[in-house]
Amino acid sequence: MKFDTPATTNPIDQLKVVGQPVDRIDGPLKTTGTAPYAYEHHEGLENTAYGYVLGAAIAKGRIASMDLSRAKAAPGVITIVTAETAGALDKGTKNTAKLLGGPEIEHYHQAVAVVVAESFEQARAAAQLIRVDYVKADGAFDLADARKGATAPTDTQADSKRGNFAAAFAAAPVKLDETYSTPDHAHAMMEPHATIAAWSGDKLTLWTSNQMIAWGVGDMAKTLGIPKQNVRLVSPFIGGGFGGKLFLRADALMAALGARAARRPVKVALSRPMIFNNTTHRPATIQRIRIGAAQDGKITAIGHESWSGDLPGGGPELAVQQTRLLYAGENRMTALRLAELDLPEGNAMRAPGEAPGMMALEIAMDEMAEKLGMDPIEFRVVNDTQVDPENPERPFSQRRLVDCLRQGAERFGWSARTPHPGRVRDGDWLVGMGVAAAFRNNLVMKSGARVRLDNKGFLTVETDMTDIGTGSYTVIAQTAAEMMGVPLEKVRVRLGDSTFPVSAGSGGQWGGNSSTAGVYAACVKLREAVAQKLGFNSADAVFTGGTVRLGNRSVPLAEAVGQDGLVVEDAMDYGDLSKRYQQSTFGGHFVEVGVDVVTGEVRVRRMLAVCAAGRILNPKTARSQVIGAMTMGVGAALMEELKIDKRLGFFVNHDLAGYEVPVHADIPHQEVIFLEETDPMSSPMKAKGVGELGICGVAAAVANAIYNATGVRVRDYPITLDKHLDRLPELS
Amino acid sequence: MKSFTYERAASPAEAAAAASRVPDAKFIAGGTNLLDLMKLEIETPGHLIDVNGLALDKIEPTNDGGLRIGALVRNTDLAADARVRRDYGVLSRALLAGASGQLRNKATTAGNLLQRTRCPYFYDTNMPCNKRKPGSGCAAIGGFSRQHAVLGASEACIAVHPSDMAVAMRVLDATVETVKADGTTRSIAIADFHRLPGDTPQEETVLEGGELITAVTLPKPVGGTHIYRKVRDRASYAFALVSVAVVAQRDGTGRVALGGVAHKPWRLEAADAQMPRGAKAVHERLLADAKPTSDNAFKLPLVRRTLASALAEAKG
Amino acid sequence: MQTPCILAVTRRELLIGTALSVAIPASAAPSAAIAQTGVKSMNSKVSFDVNGVSQQLELDNRTTLLDALREHLHLTGTKKGCDHGQCGACTVLVDGRRINSCLTLAVMHEGSQVTTIEGLGTPDNLHAMQAAFVKHDGYQCGYCTPGQICSAVAMLGEIKAGIPSHVSADLTATPDVTAEEVRERMSGNICRCGAYSNIHDAITEVAGRQA
Repeated sequence: MKFDTPATTNPIDQLKVVGQPVDRIDGPLKTTGTAPYAYEHHEGLENTAYGYVLGAAIAKGRIASMDLSRAKAAPGVITIVTAETAGALDKGTKNTAKLLGGPEIEHYHQAVAVVVAESFEQARAAAQLIRVDYVKADGAFDLADARKGATAPTDTQADSKRGNFAAAFAAAPVKLDETYSTPDHAHAMMEPHATIAAWSGDKLTLWTSNQMIAWGVGDMAKTLGIPKQNVRLVSPFIGGGFGGKLFLRADALMAALGARAARRPVKVALSRPMIFNNTTHRPATIQRIRIGAAQDGKITAIGHESWSGDLPGGGPELAVQQTRLLYAGENRMTALRLAELDLPEGNAMRAPGEAPGMMALEIAMDEMAEKLGMDPIEFRVVNDTQVDPENPERPFSQRRLVDCLRQGAERFGWSARTPHPGRVRDGDWLVGMGVAAAFRNNLVMKSGARVRLDNKGFLTVETDMTDIGTGSYTVIAQTAAEMMGVPLEKVRVRLGDSTFPVSAGSGGQWGGNSSTAGVYAACVKLREAVAQKLGFNSADAVFTGGTVRLGNRSVPLAEAVGQDGLVVEDAMDYGDLSKRYQQSTFGGHFVEVGVDVVTGEVRVRRMLAVCAAGRILNPKTARSQVIGAMTMGVGAALMEELKIDKRLGFFVNHDLAGYEVPVHADIPHQEVIFLEETDPMSSPMKAKGVGELGICGVAAAVANAIYNATGVRVRDYPITLDKHLDRLPELS
Repeated sequence: MKSFTYERAASPAEAAAAASRVPDAKFIAGGTNLLDLMKLEIETPGHLIDVNGLALDKIEPTNDGGLRIGALVRNTDLAADARVRRDYGVLSRALLAGASGQLRNKATTAGNLLQRTRCPYFYDTNMPCNKRKPGSGCAAIGGFSRQHAVLGASEACIAVHPSDMAVAMRVLDATVETVKADGTTRSIAIADFHRLPGDTPQEETVLEGGELITAVTLPKPVGGTHIYRKVRDRASYAFALVSVAVVAQRDGTGRVALGGVAHKPWRLEAADAQMPRGAKAVHERLLADAKPTSDNAFKLPLVRRTLASALAEAKG
Repeated sequence: MQTPCILAVTRRELLIGTALSVAIPASAAPSAAIAQTGVKSMNSKVSFDVNGVSQQLELDNRTTLLDALREHLHLTGTKKGCDHGQCGACTVLVDGRRINSCLTLAVMHEGSQVTTIEGLGTPDNLHAMQAAFVKHDGYQCGYCTPGQICSAVAMLGEIKAGIPSHVSADLTATPDVTAEEVRERMSGNICRCGAYSNIHDAITEVAGRQA
């Protein structure tokens, strides 16, 4: 099915099931510990051995020699696979560094061996007996240094321009020119990367934890040099990903290699201290923002440049993306520059581009509003645009940023905020409020599904879509129930298996809208098949209450499909609506913080997000996506940073004690408001993404609240107490 | 984790004797730090002596009006003990500021004192570390040292002791009771229990091989206002950037100990003597010999401010 | 208030690592068993109850309680998030107390009563806390969820038992189930999906019903 004209009325608009805040259908499994994650499949895998991955001890260089003798002789050891013994390996199209290093080492904790043993304890102990001699090479580990040599990336648009930025900025009566930095971030999902691999002849099955099943199949096949059809991925439950499980990673490859060598199934989980340097992370950025405005607050010039680093062959963090679209202004420029760094591989993490970009831009907007003597909300409202400011002939499909900010201000009590920072005290707490816009583009991706209606009236949906906590199981079931007119209890959803039709997968906040649109397409086809079987005109047939009705003839679906039931498969594909209309999601984040005047510790007191993101398919799960993103935004604002040892070239704080993420005590009650909205340009679901919108702008809202509390502006994240302690008021 | 043999000890003296028989034996009680380190092969005992069955889990009054806390009393139980809450509030507060509910349920009084540093270079066996591998060097010096020591460090090691409880024990003048392999017992003042790193950062306490802590004794209550302030990046479940333990008397005298600043809880009797003269006099003496790195210089103003605030609160 | 579990010496302990142990009188101390026989084993037998079912295992001494549950008993509801006591996903109840099962050895739990998430309820018969998590969407990916639920159940018991917390204003007073108390006491369970606000709502509902 092709979506190339704006959606009109369709069965989803009934909103009997879709749009309702139903409980997750996988909830009883998750809350009882009976949902099987990657490392937890046992059936038919009784003979599974344990693999333990050894990571490189240096950041860059090569392996001079490896002595496996002691490890091989250790109790329980079955086999050891290294680059030397693994056979020819290619590299996945989506991997920057090789997943199995040697002799070249590209980054710290790059996998160099997997030890397979009868037990986990034996494999782990034996891995420590491997002796590796390295020859270290010099590397580049400091973005601030490497920035000078950064170049325009070639595989993405490096520069954008409209009008004459330089002249307009120079002429602007009110100007801001500031530089901001965001650090490297870890996904730190709770489930480690884990895989069980089993070979049957030349066919490989992987029970794994992966957001993008088809990508995983493709890159595993490419890496091993085997046909795609010989690789099966099964990933029904995923313990968080946030972009860290978009790709084939070392757990899967090392399990596959270990299983091939051991001739039996092998399970591998990356150890937590290894994950931070072995896998991908959100790259650090340095961002320079210049804004020029007239006295009335209208932006006349806006420029945003971002520098980030990655391994050779890697890509930039697209931190200027939102600045091309978010605010009006005749004269504009953006630039991305990429430096080569020998740190672990940078890649997507929740809202790549916009998350760090909004961290900087939305502080800059706050600073500029203050220079203009304007309320930060009014400043944003004045610079709203309903068209793509780089291509004014191209409208936004929907854009309700102003509504989000206005409603949020009302709800949050924004009028009580004093524009003069450092004035509000509550005991030892300096109290402040901050706001930021939320913005994230809406992407649509082709997505397929298979639907089966059986003679008991049960509807089964199969798609390789994944549920990484997003609620895919539930919104897909809601979609199918709505389309076929059956109760939710009659729908079964099976996800995350490469034997199912290829879906959009989970990433870029495209999953919810795209995967349900694919289910919509399959259900349209199923409706036609049912109608045809009954000799009904499918356009006039009404699917409701478990029956299909035409005029006064009503047939239960279980009967209509016949003894063998009906199975159909289809996919939703997209035309050029997303080119003709800019599709984005919008919001407003409101935060109140307290800053301990003694210690400088920051604690968030209140949070509100108002979101306009098309139709909300399930307000309960969508709200969870947003509060989760808000929580991650608090982490980015206040504590999250992969600390680099710039001499040795690695992330030093590589465990969950060293890399702090928010805990319960850091997060207050969070409120989320969704504006009533449908976007007919996005898909027949009229929905858009929301899971990444929720993080974009949060950290800046926190930063702006801290400034409002203290009067001390910090432009380098995270805003830890040491960055403003020396400028807090002296104690009496 | 290296393989090890395992036994359950039947009495403290026997446990100490067993430990002396096997050269690479370790006692295990709560295990919350030891197993963490064994998994990384930072600790590699060949034999574990499980002391959990020893009857060292009581909190009892002493003859001189203090409390004798069995070595195996769990952190939760010590913090919740009515006598501790009433008479040694700083100890209860320090315990409750540490770790998580789950860890406090398992971690023991003795184990808490014996916690090893959380220096990330100590935790990464690919890195040089004089504490983990004497003579290999110190990667933290010149590296990422935000959490590290500003006082009493050496050219061999700038690690800090991670315990909150130990800071309170120090301010309360606790005594550590032990039994040695030959069955003899001794009492060690908490001030003498932990060492500064010097040239031998691998030696963290004065305990001898096989010596087992049986109890920690608190002197009779000294009254006063008890305050424990822990400063950290996130609101809970995090180690201290700095912490301040205060016992202040109405007449202006009192005691102060610091956590998160040195290889041991930091208390100077000379600084205590400055209490009647005010916070400035106290912290000037406490921090007189401070040598921060560029990463952790903020700890000095942080201690100064936190201490001033705590002493102001104590005054009421 | 609960008291720490004191391990009972049982006859089964005497079987540790030696076939000769049948000859040792039942009254002998377990450490003496090793001393007398001179047999040293890297494995041990251990028995404990899990969710009311008695389990006898012979395990590598290195096996954590967490791995014993997951890899040997296939009770995979208890999760391995970090294996270092830094996340709380492995939280189980041992003798009624919540602990990190990753930081304790299985062989140290002779005679223990272990309750895991599977022992609290089943999909068809949810425990009140499990049902409240479903109702309030107190999870997303679900990986930290069993630990959160086990922790929450025990945490309410700790408040009831009068155990104070870091945020209790008065150390000597009996603590209440306030938002601040619940958040502080649950802080040993990290949820990277960020469901904290909803988890808090779920716990508050259950606490209110119990009160």
